[in-house]
Amino acid sequence: MSTFLGMPATRTGRGPSPDAAPGTLGGVGRPEDPLHWGASFPDAAKAALENDQLRRNLGNATATIRSKRARVVGEVPDWEALRDAGSAIKGDVLARLPELLEELERNVTARGGVVHWARDAAEANRIVADLVRAKETDEVVKVKSMATQEIGLNEALAEEGIAAVETDLAELIVQLADDMPSHILVPAIHRNRTEIRDIFLERMGDAPPDLTDVPRELAMAARAHLRRKFLSAKVAISGANFAVADTGTLAVVESEGNGRMCLTLPETLITVMGIEKLVPTYRDLEVFLQLLPRSSTGERMNPYTSMWTGVTPGDGPQEFHLVLLDNGRTKVLADEAGRSALHCIRCSACLNVCPVYERVGGHAYGSVYPGPIGAILTPQLTGEKSDLPYASTLCGACYEVCPVKIDIPSILVELRAREVELGGASPDAADRVWKAAMKAASFAMADGARFRRAARVPRALRAISRHGVIKRLPFPGSLWTRSRDLPEPPKQTFHDWWAEREDER
Amino acid sequence: MSDARTEMLSRIRTALGTSTPEATSVPREYRAAGEHAAGSAEVLEVLVDRLVDYKAHVHQVAAADLPGLLAELLGPGSVVVPPGIDAAWLAGLAEVEVRTDSREAPLSAVELDGIDAVVTAARVAVAETGTIVLDGEPDQGRRAISLVPDVHVCVVRTDQVVQTVPEAVRLLDADPGRPLTWISGPSATSDIELDRVEGVHGPRTLHVALVS
Repeated sequence: MSTFLGMPATRTGRGPSPDAAPGTLGGVGRPEDPLHWGASFPDAAKAALENDQLRRNLGNATATIRSKRARVVGEVPDWEALRDAGSAIKGDVLARLPELLEELERNVTARGGVVHWARDAAEANRIVADLVRAKETDEVVKVKSMATQEIGLNEALAEEGIAAVETDLAELIVQLADDMPSHILVPAIHRNRTEIRDIFLERMGDAPPDLTDVPRELAMAARAHLRRKFLSAKVAISGANFAVADTGTLAVVESEGNGRMCLTLPETLITVMGIEKLVPTYRDLEVFLQLLPRSSTGERMNPYTSMWTGVTPGDGPQEFHLVLLDNGRTKVLADEAGRSALHCIRCSACLNVCPVYERVGGHAYGSVYPGPIGAILTPQLTGEKSDLPYASTLCGACYEVCPVKIDIPSILVELRAREVELGGASPDAADRVWKAAMKAASFAMADGARFRRAARVPRALRAISRHGVIKRLPFPGSLWTRSRDLPEPPKQTFHDWWAEREDER
Repeated sequence: MSDARTEMLSRIRTALGTSTPEATSVPREYRAAGEHAAGSAEVLEVLVDRLVDYKAHVHQVAAADLPGLLAELLGPGSVVVPPGIDAAWLAGLAEVEVRTDSREAPLSAVELDGIDAVVTAARVAVAETGTIVLDGEPDQGRRAISLVPDVHVCVVRTDQVVQTVPEAVRLLDADPGRPLTWISGPSATSDIELDRVEGVHGPRTLHVALVS
């Protein structure tokens, strides 16, 4: 299935491609490796750019979320101080990770929970499957979780005869359509209301035959469909947004109440969590519970947040298992220049502002982690050669919105340089991906408002300058800087300078 | 197979190696508290604004008028209450079947699904985010009771309303082991074209009685 021309950095195409033989509902199917699937980025991007419906769906959705986020972030007077604190807390977590994980384990255990350690996806899936089978059930309910998407837990459970029912509305849509998520927060962002209605009518089994495409009706259909499952489920599986080392408290942030159902009603709860999800103290939650909702759904606070500490006798699940997942995270940690990718709290603000993501969509990245954060995290987690670091224009918008200040453009530049040094991405291959990204973003450049957002390229360049001079540009600029230095660009774009000047008048 | 725990901790230590960043102190220049006192008129005004924005129904009443309000909201039907609820609140109820749920004598999820409404107290409320926090104490009950019935009436005393998230977290930090539910409006989803729709799996109607 791989259509790439034998370049060393291409994905091997061990999964369906977005433009290959879609089913009647257009799902891309479930790949073998959730971090590495589909066509190469340029091919997938080309197919996406030719799909008008997809572009409209993405354009509408990202525009909506950008304006919501901007409004609720704008009303927080100490937003920058919160970002500084959030970034520092995550840095502190990484520096003290072994002792904090041991502290978390001690506290969860003291409160009646059981802690498991999983080196990779297969080990995590094995642990979860054995726990579920011990409960003699063949169906579990699931809360939306990136960690379980990353390890392909649902597919692993299916092989053991266990049905994992996704209960988040968007995850349900993706699951019913035999599709892959295309966004970290809103996995079905590539689908519009009419497509969702068609998916429900064809696959849900108990959708009302006269279902319309009014969002409220669609949500009600999901409520009715899942209620019986919630009331009878014996085992639930969740991820975690935060785990507090000094108390053993876990937190899940959600909107619909499906999370509360899963975390509260079944007798047994299994939580799968990446080892970087820690915060040292309970008090640190006050920072992230402000940063996360405003950055992700653009709300002052998400409708529901659940926190639990081990087992509470008589209230909620009486058996609790916590699976701590590595699956490549220690590889990221070993990378001094790139380890801050582990600060990520999966808010997805960087996807929503990215001119490339907005045009090509999540599937083009071939990973459950798409967009700017996916372009750095995916190759770091897998440790494989990758052309994803070239799938960006380095406009810098992702860094500006990141609530924990991950400098994604600088890490992209670093990863590109490394690929070249390793002989990973050949100049031709890299050039092709870079061009695909620029072509996607050219739409942004053609419009005034979009251009202002994207016109932050010079700021990204400043990040790699030394003493006011840039010695080496990332490819393909390196062809130019090979024989000359580039002066550091000014701190302000002309647009910004003009706007400021007008404001002062 | 070597022990996963040992190997993961060893991988982490190796990854950090000699380049381990010094554990630095975290800058906490953000607001630890708002400029207005808990329960002040300014704080209450913000809370009401936020709750209404998220489609919750807000009722500001004097303590003496609470039983009347609850009678009006609950109407004929069934209601579940936690064991430690103030009995005086329910004094005005007529034609309402009242079931009590507790950790010792819990109703099943199916039983809760057959009940129309739930009345609980709250632990703390955050004005700036329009959030109410329940901590599972006897006046708030098990987490399931405020989840399964379709109508949640939450009684919040005005002196429980703080302005900012950090003020609430510091208060909750006194009992970090309690199971918490943070509620900001009725259940909602933005999964269809990022358009917010109220009412999915949690209670579709949230009434907040702000009692002075």
